[in-house]
Amino acid sequence: MTSPDLVAGPDLDRVTSPAVPEPTAPARRGAVRVGWAWLGLVPFTAYVLLFLALPTVLAVGSGLFDDDGAFTLANVAALGDPVILTTFWNSAWLSLLTALIGAIVGAIVCYALLGLPETGAVRTMVDAASGVLAQFGGVMLAFAFIATIGLQGLVTTFLMDGFGIDIFANGPWIYELPGLILPYIYFQVPLMIITFMPALSALKPQWAEANLTLGGTSSGFWQHVGIPVLAPSFFASLLLLFANAFSSYATAAALASQGSQIVPLQIRTALTSETLLGRENLAGALAFGMIVVVAIVMWAYSFIQRRASRWQA
Amino acid sequence: MNGLAPRPLTRWIIGIVVGFLFALPLVSTLLFTLKDGDGYSLVHWTSLFDPAKAAVFAPIWVGLGNSLILAVVTVAIVLFLLAPTMLLIALRFPSFRRPFEFLVLLPITIPAIVLVVGLAPIYQQIGRTLGTGAWTLAFAYGITVLPFAYRSIQASIDAIDVRTLSEAARSLGADWFTVVTRVLAPNLRPGLLAASLISVAVVLGEFTIASILNRQVLQTGLVVVNKIDAYASAMFTLMALAFAFLLLLIIGRAGRPSAGKKNS
Repeated sequence: MTSPDLVAGPDLDRVTSPAVPEPTAPARRGAVRVGWAWLGLVPFTAYVLLFLALPTVLAVGSGLFDDDGAFTLANVAALGDPVILTTFWNSAWLSLLTALIGAIVGAIVCYALLGLPETGAVRTMVDAASGVLAQFGGVMLAFAFIATIGLQGLVTTFLMDGFGIDIFANGPWIYELPGLILPYIYFQVPLMIITFMPALSALKPQWAEANLTLGGTSSGFWQHVGIPVLAPSFFASLLLLFANAFSSYATAAALASQGSQIVPLQIRTALTSETLLGRENLAGALAFGMIVVVAIVMWAYSFIQRRASRWQA
Repeated sequence: MNGLAPRPLTRWIIGIVVGFLFALPLVSTLLFTLKDGDGYSLVHWTSLFDPAKAAVFAPIWVGLGNSLILAVVTVAIVLFLLAPTMLLIALRFPSFRRPFEFLVLLPITIPAIVLVVGLAPIYQQIGRTLGTGAWTLAFAYGITVLPFAYRSIQASIDAIDVRTLSEAARSLGADWFTVVTRVLAPNLRPGLLAASLISVAVVLGEFTIASILNRQVLQTGLVVVNKIDAYASAMFTLMALAFAFLLLLIIGRAGRPSAGKKNS
């Protein structure tokens, strides 16, 4: 397609204006450029292969292959171990619970932000704060919660001194699984604000106006238009929140310095002590299990998101 | 717009309740750092500059130094590897855009804790060939920042007509290096700035990969120091969160006008 043009171009030009040599030069350069352009993609491709594709294959592969390189399901069978099943179950309900609460609270905050100018002070501040808490909190959120509801935390002592309520009457649960719930909600709500706000902003004010003009009520609008239109986005965000909590490691690692109640912590234990449960490559098997769960959730996410995007043109 | 927006009272109630609950842990952390016996004072904050306590804070300073080196190398990867590749795709291979987007958004899907299982053997090799310098971790961080950096830069690329700009510059006799550095890069400045700042924020907050690979960065330093001096980690937590907030605030200010221009 292009090569006849490249050949024809200079010939035509030579006929019309033979004194000008330029036309040949860009044409030849153009031909060379396509060759160079391919090379330009090589460094990035090599980088992604080496630091994204290879680690993923190694992580999942170490769960599926034994030390001699032969395919085996022995490691994956470890996922059926009651201890491992419990950690997956813990991860699942912790992620689901915090995703549900985070999604509902986040959606309410998005509703409160609706109608505020996107470049205004409030939106800019909320966006920046959400970004920090949702994506960069990690370990630091654990410290903040120890200062709040830790054994000597501000809220703990306030409840104790003010009302005589000992929130740790049943033991120091903050360093165990239930202690993760509040910090997780603390980063799930901001993530919901980031992911759900665009969908809510895309609701067309004209729809509300049309509803009012036709004699509809505000609650009727939400019931018949707003919520049905937003439902796919809401569930997509919910899935994203689930995947986010499921793969989160830093906050849990800093809070629960011992034990391995959830899958990411189990991977830490498996990586640091080689013979957990008498199995090798357990970290790989766990990584494989995690990737399967997250991949299913993210596939469902993109499927729903595609449906949701119909309303966000 | 008025038909959709909540009533001011509703807005205020939600804002105050959620705002209070979300401020609580941060305020608690601040009050914790101000605690002095039964009263409050700045004694813990001034101790940051106390030479006698320098040994306690050492892991944080070492980690912060390493994190800053990593931030610089990661930003370099974003600016000199990701951005040129994105421009090349926009100019020469527009049909690659979707597959490329899928590729760079993948790190969102792959949990860092899974990635690190596969990174461990790779970093053993890197340790043998390139040494165990802190900067080598930037290769892994470059991957974790890909989705964030991609979105910022792509928004800027979409907001300008890179093809027309580069063809105009080319027809005026500029070589490709000049086109990229003096025509395209200045036009993409908001996106490149946002991508750089968000990369810095990601690197300063990263814990998973560094801790599993036994590297010393800011976050692992905080965990170490927290066991000796909880006040120190609380103070640095507040400063790091405030710094990240500031970075994102700048991104919000820098990124908005270009996005607004595109829409209007």
